[in-house]
Amino acid sequence: MAAMMELVDLERSFKVGRAVVRAVDGVSLAINAGEVVCLVGESGCGKTTTGKMAVGLLRPTGGEVRFEGQDIWQMNAADFRKYRQAVQIIHQDPYSSLNPTQSVVDILSAPLLRHGFAHSRLEARQMSADCLRRVDMTPPEDYLDKYPHQLSGGQRQRVSVARALTVNPRFIMADEAVSMLDVSIRVSLLKMLGRFRDELGMTYLFITHDLAVAKFFAWDGRIAVMYLGRVVEIGPTPRLINYPQHPYTKALLSAIPEADPHATRTKERVQLRSMDVPSLLHVPSGCSFHPRCPLFEPGLCDQQVPGLADIGDRVQVACHVVARGARTV
Amino acid sequence: MAAFWHNLKTTLRLLSHNKVGFVGFLFVIFFILLSFVGPYVVPLDRTTKLDQIYAPISLQHPLGTDFSGRDVLSHVVHGGRDVLTVAFLAGAISTVIAVVMGSVSALIGGKVDSGIMGLADVILTIPQFPLLIVLAGLLRFNNVLILAFILGILSWPSLSRAIRAQVLSLRERDFVEAARALDLGTGHIILREIMPNMASYLAVSLIFAMTAAVYAQVGLVFLGLVPLSGSNWGVMLQLAWTKGAIFYPKALPYILAPVMAIALFQLSLVFATRSLEEMFNPRLRTGV
Amino acid sequence: MQPSSPRPSNHIKEEVTLAVANLWVSYQARRGTVKAVRDVSFDLRLGETMAFIGESGCGKTTLGLGLIRLLPKTARIERGSVTYTRNGIATSVLEMDSEALRAFRWKECAMIFQGAQNAFNPVLRIRDQVWDTARAHGETNRERVRARVLELFRLVSLDPDRVMNSYPHELSGGMRQRVLLALGLLLDPQLIILDEPTTALDILTQRSVIEVLRSLRNQLDFSLMMISHDLSLAAELADRVGTMYAGCLVEVADVYDTYYHPYHPYTIGLIRAVPTLTGERRDLISIPGTPPDLIDPPTGCAFHPRCPYASDRCREEQPELETVGTRHQVACWNWQAVLADRGARLIMVAGQE
Repeated sequence: MAAMMELVDLERSFKVGRAVVRAVDGVSLAINAGEVVCLVGESGCGKTTTGKMAVGLLRPTGGEVRFEGQDIWQMNAADFRKYRQAVQIIHQDPYSSLNPTQSVVDILSAPLLRHGFAHSRLEARQMSADCLRRVDMTPPEDYLDKYPHQLSGGQRQRVSVARALTVNPRFIMADEAVSMLDVSIRVSLLKMLGRFRDELGMTYLFITHDLAVAKFFAWDGRIAVMYLGRVVEIGPTPRLINYPQHPYTKALLSAIPEADPHATRTKERVQLRSMDVPSLLHVPSGCSFHPRCPLFEPGLCDQQVPGLADIGDRVQVACHVVARGARTV
Repeated sequence: MAAFWHNLKTTLRLLSHNKVGFVGFLFVIFFILLSFVGPYVVPLDRTTKLDQIYAPISLQHPLGTDFSGRDVLSHVVHGGRDVLTVAFLAGAISTVIAVVMGSVSALIGGKVDSGIMGLADVILTIPQFPLLIVLAGLLRFNNVLILAFILGILSWPSLSRAIRAQVLSLRERDFVEAARALDLGTGHIILREIMPNMASYLAVSLIFAMTAAVYAQVGLVFLGLVPLSGSNWGVMLQLAWTKGAIFYPKALPYILAPVMAIALFQLSLVFATRSLEEMFNPRLRTGV
Repeated sequence: MQPSSPRPSNHIKEEVTLAVANLWVSYQARRGTVKAVRDVSFDLRLGETMAFIGESGCGKTTLGLGLIRLLPKTARIERGSVTYTRNGIATSVLEMDSEALRAFRWKECAMIFQGAQNAFNPVLRIRDQVWDTARAHGETNRERVRARVLELFRLVSLDPDRVMNSYPHELSGGMRQRVLLALGLLLDPQLIILDEPTTALDILTQRSVIEVLRSLRNQLDFSLMMISHDLSLAAELADRVGTMYAGCLVEVADVYDTYYHPYHPYTIGLIRAVPTLTGERRDLISIPGTPPDLIDPPTGCAFHPRCPYASDRCREEQPELETVGTRHQVACWNWQAVLADRGARLIMVAGQE
């Protein structure tokens, strides 16, 4: 079966003054219908840029975004419109993702009316109320006429989700959708998103810097780890979390503090050769992780860019040393 | 209907929140009533009364009389309509052009952006007042609408630059991106997502465009370059100048009357801007 | 790996550096008075690290600012006392005049705010900013400052020569954060307050800051007060943890007790809502309801509308912190019921799988 969303050798560069920054440099990723894929990485690794290209908000400078087999930038207008409705986005910041001058019912009615789901303001209002019920904002009458500033952060984020649901999408790109929320609210939102997957078959590209959240949300999905514009490791969540292969993934996992004093104080830590994060303007040659990597082999890692290699168990790693080890075993 | 009254009450409550702004707002209303309703109440005094030239302030002539003994108050009342009309029209025209040019420039970008901003720069570099003088010689500004139109055409560039900058920043907001993802259309994005967030800024800009238009037109009229007939605060000033009223100490009330009218109107406009911010802020509207 | 026994806390001295008693702080807002800190009392010992955890709006930042009286103009310390002790000499922070207060901040107590790593003057080299800071606090000997800074930079794992001659934008966020730490230690304070020290830093950078804090604590004698919404940071570094809810301190306990044997239903709720990395995926449980309104907080215990153990008494009477174990305090009427449930394994918290 063909994947629902396919990113093929995706590239995006930006001009910064005279220099060119390659924010995303050859990302390939296939997401099946109903699957949850988490894109994980530190700030500036290109995860958000990748996500925005996947939902068609940013045009790639190289490569293709294929939705149900079709390159989205080659689609005719009618197909592109269908694609637009099928993929939606949930933003990170609940304070800037809602227009402060519109009430909740305005926000939810606009797409309903525009795309002909509702034929009158009254009908749009009733459908907006249904959308609010789907995101557990009950009774909806309490919220319909509120303005964003009258809602808490968690409620705003729910309205954002409800807005995305108005057009019945099949694919949602959630960009750090819970990272600005308090812990007590975060869980209920994650569970709600998980429920949409179970009940509606929703497919997610979930972007986060928090591996623990990725683990919780995508336990039966996959995690892709990005570093400086490239995917360095991708694999089923339990595998990647418990048996990380790429030295960068290992370093990340070992560095994350945990809400468990014993575990966090006794964890073994991967020592990197350098703490300096390279600038995107001067990405190191070869494997871009080589100046920091504990497995660095001169002459190999600083010369050749490693491609993603299959090492079994649906795990792919972009590392010369690890891939070689897997082959010889 | 209930919603309307509620809205009106909220608006008034917010307007009265800033005392200075509220006073300004009341004065603006006063000037509008004075200029548009006043003429039906106070008849224009056209009869020359040689025995009453530069009469002092009295109950009969609250602002004294002019060089031919006519009541000054009646001229002030009748002289506001053109000034206010031109100010409002010129302000509105320049704001509309600025909004269209600024947002088109920001949203389309590329060559269109460079073209529009280039045009704006050219207009900005031309000294406005001398140009108006030249234009006044070439065209006949005897019509209020033409004058308003010319003033509006000349004053949009600086505002359009500011609007372009605002649109550029607003269109990067997450809610605009969400609207794009929902395919709500460019019209919706400009009119419903971006513009409402600029409403108070636009209202303030409109008012400042109005004040600029008042000065420009009064200046032109005063210099005699715009042969507007009838009563007009600018015409009153011009006549005071040409009839030599400035040499008569007794004529002080006559000279001060249009000056004060213009100055007070401008001041009340500027003050009123202080309340606009609060009126358009949804946070304040809903009273949290 | 065998979990080690709780770290011996022999570096913690018996003397109390900071004693806070019945502190109340409130803000004037448009809608009314925000009671941001309500009746908070705690002791911080020399060499001890105490973390204050809680969600946004629980009053933890206001508490930190109140202790060194850096509150905004709209805030007022209503009641309470803050006593700072160094070498046996106790001073009341709330009674200091502005001159004494100025000396107190930096010399005795350094506070590093959230996001302060972005507050350097961009046009000055680090060297000049260090010197400006020292001079502003009465240090005049350039050589002495230099020697001290070099030593401190090494302590926070920075290359002194390189960093001193850099402009702020040439340093990464983590390096700037460490420069701030070094600057805070310049005048040898005995109390350091960190507000969200690792928020907005990347994972690997965050790790380097944590390691630096840990080594500083082992090498120097100071008390550390750490304010964070991040439960994992507290688990990593704290000796003791105070949980705040709606402006009140609802539980104070040793870090291991907080995570493995909490008594307060809110602390339990927080810990069960945080995902962990190690091991199998564990189900998370969210806390129902919404955060409290601090202008009009619920009667009795502020947590009662969201609490599964709430009884009539909770709705009417506010519980005070009571000691329930060795240095373990909790403000809950029903802590015994919680304890019984935990004994019966009806509630699972961290580390029990």
